[in-house]
Amino acid sequence: MRIRTAGVVAVLGLALAASGCGGGDDDSSAPAAKESANAAGGKLVIWADDKRTAALKPFAEKFGQENGVTVEVQAVSKDLQTNFVTASQQGSGPDVVVGAHDWIGNMVQNGAIDPVQLAADQKSAFNETAIKAVTFNGQLYGVPYAQENLALIRNTDLAPEAPKTIEDLVATGKKLKAEKKVSEILCLQVGQNGDAYHIYPLYTSAGGYLFGTAANGDYDPKDLGVGKPESIEAFKKIGALGEKGEGVLKRSIADTNSIATFTGKKCAYLASGPWATVDVKKAGISYDISAFPGFAGGKEAQPFVGVQAFYVAAKGKNKALAQEFVANYTTKPDLAVALYNAEPRPPALTAALDQVKGSDPDLAKFTEAGKNGQVLPAIPAMAAIWDPFGKAEAAVIGGADPAKTITAAGKTISGSIK
Amino acid sequence: MSTKLSGPGSVRRNPGRGPAGSGLPRTARNARHHAPITATGLAVKVVLLGLVAGIAIWAAFPLVEAEKWAGLALLAVTTAGLCYLYLTRRHIPAKYLVPGTLFLIAFQIVPVLYTASTAFTNFGDGHRGSKDDAIVAIQTASVKQVPGSAEYALSVATAGDPATGPLIFLVTDPRTGAVSAGDGEGLRQLDAADVTVAPGGKVTAADGYTVLNFGQASARSQEITDLVVPTAGGALRSSGLSRAYEGKAIRAYDAGCDCVKDNETGKTWSADEATGSFVAADGERLAQGWKVNVGLSNFTRVLTDENISGPFLGTLLWNFAFALGSTGGTFILGMFIALALHSPRMRGTNLYRVLLILPYAMPSFAMLLVWRDMFNTDFGLINNLFGLSIDWFGHDWSARFAVILVQLWLGYPYMFLVATGALQAIPRELTEATSVDGASPWQSFRAVTLPLLLVALSPLLISSFAYNFNNFNAIYLTTEGAPFPADNPTNGATDLLITYTYRLAFGAQGAEFGFAAAISLFIFTIVAVVSAVSFRSTRKQEEVYS
Repeated sequence: MRIRTAGVVAVLGLALAASGCGGGDDDSSAPAAKESANAAGGKLVIWADDKRTAALKPFAEKFGQENGVTVEVQAVSKDLQTNFVTASQQGSGPDVVVGAHDWIGNMVQNGAIDPVQLAADQKSAFNETAIKAVTFNGQLYGVPYAQENLALIRNTDLAPEAPKTIEDLVATGKKLKAEKKVSEILCLQVGQNGDAYHIYPLYTSAGGYLFGTAANGDYDPKDLGVGKPESIEAFKKIGALGEKGEGVLKRSIADTNSIATFTGKKCAYLASGPWATVDVKKAGISYDISAFPGFAGGKEAQPFVGVQAFYVAAKGKNKALAQEFVANYTTKPDLAVALYNAEPRPPALTAALDQVKGSDPDLAKFTEAGKNGQVLPAIPAMAAIWDPFGKAEAAVIGGADPAKTITAAGKTISGSIK
Repeated sequence: MSTKLSGPGSVRRNPGRGPAGSGLPRTARNARHHAPITATGLAVKVVLLGLVAGIAIWAAFPLVEAEKWAGLALLAVTTAGLCYLYLTRRHIPAKYLVPGTLFLIAFQIVPVLYTASTAFTNFGDGHRGSKDDAIVAIQTASVKQVPGSAEYALSVATAGDPATGPLIFLVTDPRTGAVSAGDGEGLRQLDAADVTVAPGGKVTAADGYTVLNFGQASARSQEITDLVVPTAGGALRSSGLSRAYEGKAIRAYDAGCDCVKDNETGKTWSADEATGSFVAADGERLAQGWKVNVGLSNFTRVLTDENISGPFLGTLLWNFAFALGSTGGTFILGMFIALALHSPRMRGTNLYRVLLILPYAMPSFAMLLVWRDMFNTDFGLINNLFGLSIDWFGHDWSARFAVILVQLWLGYPYMFLVATGALQAIPRELTEATSVDGASPWQSFRAVTLPLLLVALSPLLISSFAYNFNNFNAIYLTTEGAPFPADNPTNGATDLLITYTYRLAFGAQGAEFGFAAAISLFIFTIVAVVSAVSFRSTRKQEEVYS
């Protein structure tokens, strides 16, 4: 009996100790937060991916020191958007999140981000396309800092001249292939299940479109271009370049090997974006960048323009400070330059682009190549496009009948748009 | 998996092969006779129970804060029950059963129930929160700057204590330079002599007010965001801590008609509780919706939508073929290698064993991706090595063969390991006896070794089947379901039910968790039935052999 009493006493003692540790954390953190809030201000939490977290940290710390607040930058390396939306819903999300502009539609329909009010002079400091990209339903939802688009990177030792049309490119590529200098005509990633992003310039040049434009300038999900006669014509042209045709577009070239094939000098042309230049430079290839060419006599080849931006979380704990950081601090060129140094994507702030343009001629070329680009649709309906569109592309490149394939893709897409 | 014993009578249970050391029942028996309590035992008990109580107290604070009284009661009862159970000398069996049961409830039953309850809702993108959340989001998103209005420089101030006093916005009109103080009542212009204005227009000091610095202001972030100063054209709102703008909420919720009204166009969207969204008369739906109960509609959609039910049967058949092929193939290969290495004439068995286990030791994620690249038509190792130009993932049967081959490579070391273990436990005298009786090696394998192996391995085979039935990675990291028929991008030849439904639930416009939950309940039912039937037949088999 004595031992049992001893056990009970010991257990209770230990429980108190354990809860003392655990609960102590809780207890002390609440007043501590209050205390530090009084002394050193509130806390701002920022979520970004790994690369940008490193670039943001020094600036976030500076912002914190200047204003007497604590700023925490947390890296979310996977599924940042999904994690952000879920965490916001549960009230455990950050105050600021950094991500691509085509997330806006989904984040807005989940009530996860708030509009940002920029003054007219702040807005005019940005590239117009970038501002257009972060505008959704007539509201500005984020502050852009970088933009990116596809271009044609070519190996100037093999192909000194920039091709004006895709036919030029094919002719040069075929000649090089016949001379055994390359094994592929063009490195444009398709993959087993297609890649809507990379085929888009050719699709637009051949006359296809994804969504029509509504009265307010936004994309209109009710006007779906996939499955329309224009899109079938476009895919007929794409199919002619495919495996059963010219053999320019191949499913065996995928995201995993497209850049590597180019740096391995097995193809003279690469369709890719600013992210590819790091590898290309490392391989010591002399290269040049030009706009992606379209079909002869066709429309302009328009790549997608994507924008990276800062957003204010709607359910953040410190929204006033988050607004201050996003609207008044991320609009400064220094930060944009630092983020450029972390990953070479052209800054969206004109002043920052001018600052880095001198040391990196590629940037201006990418911006030039994206001048006629189309803003990647941010409407939630875009999520329904990627998969069926890509598969239709892969099937047509593999030799399937364009009309039948695209009509089915259009049906699938319109079926899943609410 | 049920193999009938062909040569009855030749197998007898070896009494020496029972579970080694029946320590468990002995302890239990002794405990009833008041076994001496050792210091270590007591210490372990005290530490573990202390941890339990500590975790309970740690978990109690958030529950109290969120006012979840039912959860708190459950927590208290569970903790008290655990303490009682392990401080008393009675209820010996429960002492062994309760921890496992608790974990079973926490990690199996609760998730299944949660999934089941989600299946009856429209939970998903655009329908994540409550109706109030949706209304707040709609109203906030509609606040627009009044056209032609000024951008004000803002300082947050208070007439009282910086931490608690009522907040005042000190705003400077950039056009006139006039400084005004604003609160919930409206704007009052201040005398220019009473304020100090910095070059940017920001007020740095004002008579009768304390200007908050960023630190002090951000501590009261919520109040600042909520403070709206009414003006003639709309209302002044803060944009951060240093600027204010005159904005107007274009859309507002009207509780009277349970609808959202647009003040500019006069359009109204009425709440539709059946779908959890605001819908206008012309069918236009506001993006921000809320979570509602939709009854059985997720289930009926699975059954009636011909895009889903049409290819369902074919996918189900392939799914069974894939799970059986993966399990059966790995088992046969693993078992024959194990048999080969079990032979006493074999030399260097340890080296072979190490080599054979290698694929098992490598992370399957990475290996699946490597295999995917090896099947590439133009650049892949397989085609290059054998001089082929097969479009592996481009044809139905080559793709199916490829994914099963990958599973075979990934899975056979496991079967080899368990079969080796089970073989060690079969006494050699039995096979020796059969050879004395004149049986060929094949006969002795069929009649003695295989049935005994299956007794030990059947549960593992069933679990392996259930695992492969839902082996999402095996497909998603290799073919992603390819090849797809040209006229149907939603269902590919190598799609398993799980990858197929993943695409349906998450590949469309945003995630639809409610629908995904309904489908997973269907899959759960299929796997549960298959497992139950298999276990039943295994039990019969064990009865035959014992």
